[in-house]
Amino acid sequence: MTTLVAAPDRPRGRRRRSGEGGFSGPLFVSGYVILLLAFGVLPTLYAVYLAFTNVRGQFTGINQFTRVFQDFRFGPAFVNIVAYLVIWLVLIVVLTVAVAVVLRGRMPARLSTTLRFLYYIPGALAGVASILVWLFMLDPSVSPVNWLLKALGFGTFAQVLAPGHLSLIFALIAFWTGAGGWIVVMYGALDNISTEVLEAARIDGAGPWRTAIHIQIPMIRKWIVYMAILAFAAGTQLFVEPQLLQTASLGRVSPTWSPNQLAYVYAFQRGDFNGAAAISLVLLVLGLIVAGLLVTRSGLFKVDEQ
Amino acid sequence: MKSPRFFRTAAALATVGALAVVGGCASADPTTTSGSAPSSFTAAPQDDSAPITVWTDSTRLPSVQAYQHAHPNVKMNIVTFDGSADGSTYLQTKVQLFDRTNSGWPDVVFASPTDVTWAAEPTSPTAQAFAAPVDEGMVPKSTLDNFAQGSLTPCQFNGHTYCLRNDIAQVVLWYNKTLLDQWGYQVPTTWEQYQQLGEQIARDHPGYLVGAIGDTNSQESYFWSAQCPAQQLTGPNTLRVDMADSHCTKMAGLLDTLVKAGSVTTQGFFGQSFAKTYGSKVAMAVGPSWYGQYLFNSAFKTPAGQITAAAPLKWQGDTRTVTGNVGGGVWMISSHSKNLKASTAVAEWLTTSNDNLTNAPTYPAYSPGAAAWLANPANKDYFATDVTSVFQQAANEVWSGWGNTKFSDATSWSSVVLPALTSGKTLAQTLPAWGNEIANEAKSVGYTVTTK
Repeated sequence: MTTLVAAPDRPRGRRRRSGEGGFSGPLFVSGYVILLLAFGVLPTLYAVYLAFTNVRGQFTGINQFTRVFQDFRFGPAFVNIVAYLVIWLVLIVVLTVAVAVVLRGRMPARLSTTLRFLYYIPGALAGVASILVWLFMLDPSVSPVNWLLKALGFGTFAQVLAPGHLSLIFALIAFWTGAGGWIVVMYGALDNISTEVLEAARIDGAGPWRTAIHIQIPMIRKWIVYMAILAFAAGTQLFVEPQLLQTASLGRVSPTWSPNQLAYVYAFQRGDFNGAAAISLVLLVLGLIVAGLLVTRSGLFKVDEQ
Repeated sequence: MKSPRFFRTAAALATVGALAVVGGCASADPTTTSGSAPSSFTAAPQDDSAPITVWTDSTRLPSVQAYQHAHPNVKMNIVTFDGSADGSTYLQTKVQLFDRTNSGWPDVVFASPTDVTWAAEPTSPTAQAFAAPVDEGMVPKSTLDNFAQGSLTPCQFNGHTYCLRNDIAQVVLWYNKTLLDQWGYQVPTTWEQYQQLGEQIARDHPGYLVGAIGDTNSQESYFWSAQCPAQQLTGPNTLRVDMADSHCTKMAGLLDTLVKAGSVTTQGFFGQSFAKTYGSKVAMAVGPSWYGQYLFNSAFKTPAGQITAAAPLKWQGDTRTVTGNVGGGVWMISSHSKNLKASTAVAEWLTTSNDNLTNAPTYPAYSPGAAAWLANPANKDYFATDVTSVFQQAANEVWSGWGNTKFSDATSWSSVVLPALTSGKTLAQTLPAWGNEIANEAKSVGYTVTTK
């Protein structure tokens, strides 16, 4: 993020020269573009094709969608994911920004560096490994914090995994693995606010609280929106956590807890790739709508010509 | 400020939607056939020396390796997988994909009875059913007739047999003879006596258990044995789900009483840390024939000479004893195999040969093999008394009213009933929700559900 912002300060000539370098630019992005086409765009188009046809390849209109909407697992899966998204988005937006502000302004530099490193560690663990960590954390018989679980009234793993707790548990796991990286990004964004601005605020009589609310947070708004879009997109695709917990809890978590799991069951248990594609398109459209709203409302892609 | 592009995209999407509604739309129904699978199949070009691929679970792996050792001229690739344990759908997932790529199928697989329900039918209009009908000139009828009564029922669809049963897991009454003798209790023979003894043990020896219902398969030990019509196939595609039936409510009441008394736990025998905490406190258990070796011996580490099995329980006044079944695998032969001869030979050897069955890890479904298994002292010397007659009797008493359905009965039990019990609800309160979930699952895979 920091390099992006620093770019306009560089001599303009150098950038222009690389633009005139013939095919070197397209060549550099071609690797990514080919992979994007092969593993991103084409599968999406194939999913669109599948969602509007049936197993014999006939055009079905919206019938696939009405069929999956009527599935008895469809509603609960979306209720689960919405509850999870609300908890997670609030957690990640409020807490990462708050922590980054505190780390940036209210802490000795050395302590701040150490804490940022510590926050980042869980994110460096591979996804599956971090879920395994939480399996241990949440099982009162082996958990290092079992006194806390017992104080909350949970004597067994099964009690911890009550259906009503799952959205919160998945949000905590996602926050624990994802927040550290975002704290580092937000810290970097705050770092780019020039000291003159902050000094001016201080001279005008703004305390740390008012500086954060009126100066720092508005100035990193685009990063917050960017984070919200990515967090929403990743959140709607929740799959590995409930899937692993389903196995680890010996089936106490429904195999169709999240919409992505439902799509998985459609495709790989019932061989119904058309229905699965319809569910995944619903998720895609949801993600696009939310991203579209956030982008247009915040002017994320507006380039400031200063 | 909304960008014009946003509106243009929205308009385009709306147009597509409108077109979709207006245009003549085909049905989205995913069912591939009208319900009747083709009776015979088109075999691939055969080659008697073609290598065969065998997929097995880790428990059955030594048997497959023993076959390879005894038949070194057969070219075999042996692959280990989860064997569809605990409702896993790995095999189904893979076969779906092989059907799409039109290659890659294993020749012989170990699987769960649930797998046969989809393997006996094509997975798509262009595919051929994965399982080959073994009764069509592959395995002699005299061999098939020797399997324990009803043990091939899960293999049979449209009048054909699509698998060979590996083992049966007939439910019996397990008990710790040392403890019961010491306390001076009689072994119960009816469910009513079982409840009485459970209440007495809860009073006189608090902390000891006579059962657990928190496993993914506890419903098969209790509700199947109780003849509860939770999922009774009344036709090829008609399922009776009647939780209000007295067999279901009686069993729910019995278990609720014992859970309240404290001698039946809502945790599972195979749950985390159960063995460590309660392993030595299990005085009785209603469960399958493999509990002896796999639960009491391996997991609980109960010393030899204490545990034994008694005949399955029945309701007072019932003349006929019936019991449940918890697992028991099958072997299927792929209809795509290039070497059906070698594949059939392996599957037959694994399920019917005394060379294999004498030392099989679980109770063989093939009756002569079961006799050989019971004659092997190694399979029985752990127990306090001879379990031969108990196992043999129970093997032929498995109730046929618990249907082998296209969905696993573990899902509704584990994800609906067990969390409710954990939260303090009783089974009697949970029966309607359980029945509802089974009915929903059944409808989603194409069954017509009735309650009567």
